[in-house]
Amino acid sequence: MATKILTEHINVPGIETFEVYRKQGGYAAVEKAIKTMSSEEVVEEAKKSGIRGRGGAGFPMGMKWGFLAKPEGVPRYLVCNADESEPGTFKDHHLMKSIPHLLIEGMIVSSYALGANKSFIYVRGELMYVIRILEKAIEEAKVNGFLGKNILGSGYDLELVVQSGGGAYICGEETALLESLEGKRGNPRNKPPFPAVKGLYQSPTVVNNVESIANMPWVINHGGDAYAAIGIGRSTGTKLISASGHIQKPGVYEIELGLGVDEFLNSDEYCGGIRKGHYLKALVAGGSSVPILPAHLITKTAAGEDRLMSYESLSDGGFATGTMMGSGGFIVFDETACIVRNTWNFSRFYHHESCGQCSPCREGTGWMEKVLHRIEHGHGSLHDIDLLVDVAKKIEGNTICPLGDAAAWPIASAIRHFREEFEWHINSPKEATQPGAVFMGAVLA
Amino acid sequence: MEEVKPQLIKITFDGIEVEVEPGTTIMQAARKIAEADESQGHLVPPAMCYYKPLPTSGGKCRACLVRVAAGSAKDPRPMPKLVPSCITQVQEGMIVENTTNPSVLDTRKSIVEFLLINHPLDCPVCDQAGECHLQDFSFEHGSVKTRYEEDRRTFDKIDIGPFVQLHMTRCILCYRCVYTADQITDKRVHGVMNRGDASEISTYIEKAIDNDFSGNVIDVCPVGALTDKTYRFKSRVWFSKPEDAHCDCDKCSGKVTLWYRGDEVIRVTARKNIWGEVNEFICNKCRFERKKTSDWVIEGPTKVKRSSVISANKYRKDLIAKPDFSLRLAASQFKPIDDEREYTTDIETVRHQSIENNDKANHRSLLTDNRN
Repeated sequence: MATKILTEHINVPGIETFEVYRKQGGYAAVEKAIKTMSSEEVVEEAKKSGIRGRGGAGFPMGMKWGFLAKPEGVPRYLVCNADESEPGTFKDHHLMKSIPHLLIEGMIVSSYALGANKSFIYVRGELMYVIRILEKAIEEAKVNGFLGKNILGSGYDLELVVQSGGGAYICGEETALLESLEGKRGNPRNKPPFPAVKGLYQSPTVVNNVESIANMPWVINHGGDAYAAIGIGRSTGTKLISASGHIQKPGVYEIELGLGVDEFLNSDEYCGGIRKGHYLKALVAGGSSVPILPAHLITKTAAGEDRLMSYESLSDGGFATGTMMGSGGFIVFDETACIVRNTWNFSRFYHHESCGQCSPCREGTGWMEKVLHRIEHGHGSLHDIDLLVDVAKKIEGNTICPLGDAAAWPIASAIRHFREEFEWHINSPKEATQPGAVFMGAVLA
Repeated sequence: MEEVKPQLIKITFDGIEVEVEPGTTIMQAARKIAEADESQGHLVPPAMCYYKPLPTSGGKCRACLVRVAAGSAKDPRPMPKLVPSCITQVQEGMIVENTTNPSVLDTRKSIVEFLLINHPLDCPVCDQAGECHLQDFSFEHGSVKTRYEEDRRTFDKIDIGPFVQLHMTRCILCYRCVYTADQITDKRVHGVMNRGDASEISTYIEKAIDNDFSGNVIDVCPVGALTDKTYRFKSRVWFSKPEDAHCDCDKCSGKVTLWYRGDEVIRVTARKNIWGEVNEFICNKCRFERKKTSDWVIEGPTKVKRSSVISANKYRKDLIAKPDFSLRLAASQFKPIDDEREYTTDIETVRHQSIENNDKANHRSLLTDNRN
């Protein structure tokens, strides 16, 4: 049985209430951290644990905390990024609605480590009921003395605020989130200055993903070294994977990093294999913005080694033959999936969600979507494929925030690995646009 | 007492060393080079959204991306991505590549393409033509072909207030007018709505902008999206003659440029520096209501670059007296743009072609004259 850090008690009835959560050993980390440890020691534990940001970029969390500027007389803020909007990712939603006190405990410990007296949880606007669950949990924690003034008699004050977003994907980008939190239009800021120096209200700020923060209670209770012992290499600890698509058992699974992709995909403990009578065609391993992988590169890397669910192994081979861990949105496609339609669908999302601030992303995402729409509906021409590759290349790396990259990668990789399918759509538009079209022996849905 | 000067920072920009004060951006350093030596003007990265008089502007259009080959003397690693030169501050020993790096030029070409795919290209009827930054930018860095086959995004024209018309279809979303409304006027009724390529500059439910400095949004607009309703379709920029003038105004500095056609003042704008930026913002009374010569004290003709189309009529005499000058200029500045047509820098051929073209044009105009 694999170690469970986040989902150990998730199925205990009534775990969303304070009493049950406390009975399961909850809020022990707050007591331990505030009563026996200094804030530097908590940061030290986070560094030792080697935990990497679970929001997508995979930047070590302890190092991020270490960068926080600490000028005198200026407040510091911790902001929890719960604006999970990536297509294919739904882990934070599951965690927050099932076991809200875990996030709140993590927020208290992390805020204590950073010396923040006011912390925010920015939840995406669509999840109104989750906001109510969190607010109720905060109220319970406050009544029991874990939040508010003078927590556990230590003299440390913390106010926790839940803020609803407006439902924009771009507000998951940390500086756009801060702008939105300040009440402005959610446009990403130019960096530098980074949020660690000038973030929320021009004060030093740390923005962390829900899952990263929810790991902190365990790290405090068991020590950073114990956390680092789980996992493989620099991918320490466990990770929540939101598995969806053509599999037997879609859902949120907690895995130890380093699990084989093959095992995750096919064992009954996790996804339970591809749905009956079908076979694997492609995989998006980390949410819609990471490169798509064709069947032959999923369980084995290009070098023939087993591919593992870890930051390093998934990105093995760079973008030519690898992908990224991303936020853990594991989308599986069987042979009935049309890659062209899927790519168009993804690009439609990025076109809709681009904030419109910088020109390559504003114009490029719309352009790519229109070209893909044309190809999908049988009006494409062969030079459109090269046009898409070129436009994707021109967007990538030239934008203010990573949304441009996220829009470009899926398209570039789909063309890299599934070029024949695009060419088939262009060369035989009549067949390809029919329902039940047959491509390479497979009936497309 | 001797003034303590801050330590100057030395950077290398396209192989030219320049010393600037700490906190200067790469763009300002490049402009310093060009101001010291006019022949280096082409080195300065283009700016579509950055506007020095408006703090916090810049970083959005990505036209000024440059490559930093060495971050600083202490840490000489190159920066992984191209950086926007308008907001990136210099470091001691920084090495910047602009026109010397093919990837920078390639990216710039693609930025022109991105900005133009949703632009209507209605220059022939646009009031801004001739002083449009997007025209200059696409002429210098763009391609003559377009790869965009889809429909362009369009919007309805909106009247914002009695003097300003918003033609959103032409907008490149540089946000300059938003910063102007935020920073120099007291009440903010003007911003950006919607997202992505559907985002538009707008006032709240088409509310009129009503304050004394609203006219400045016309001057800061790099394209013809915000136009002066008192000047709309009255003339072309190159048919008018700019004169510097001033008046006693209780609201603003009163330093303006008057645009004459014949003896008539057809337009009043703020004075701009060589980078197309307003020196001092002017009030609506000066801009829209004082349109008689008797309202103003004339200081003399505005300095206009010879390469500008605005000088075409003004310096006509010079051109006739020294016909070779413009040809020599044209021949020496001729550069291959992305066009499959043949070109030459041979001065005799250029002269011949130019005469031929003129003859054709004259012939055409004679024909139309006769018909009328």
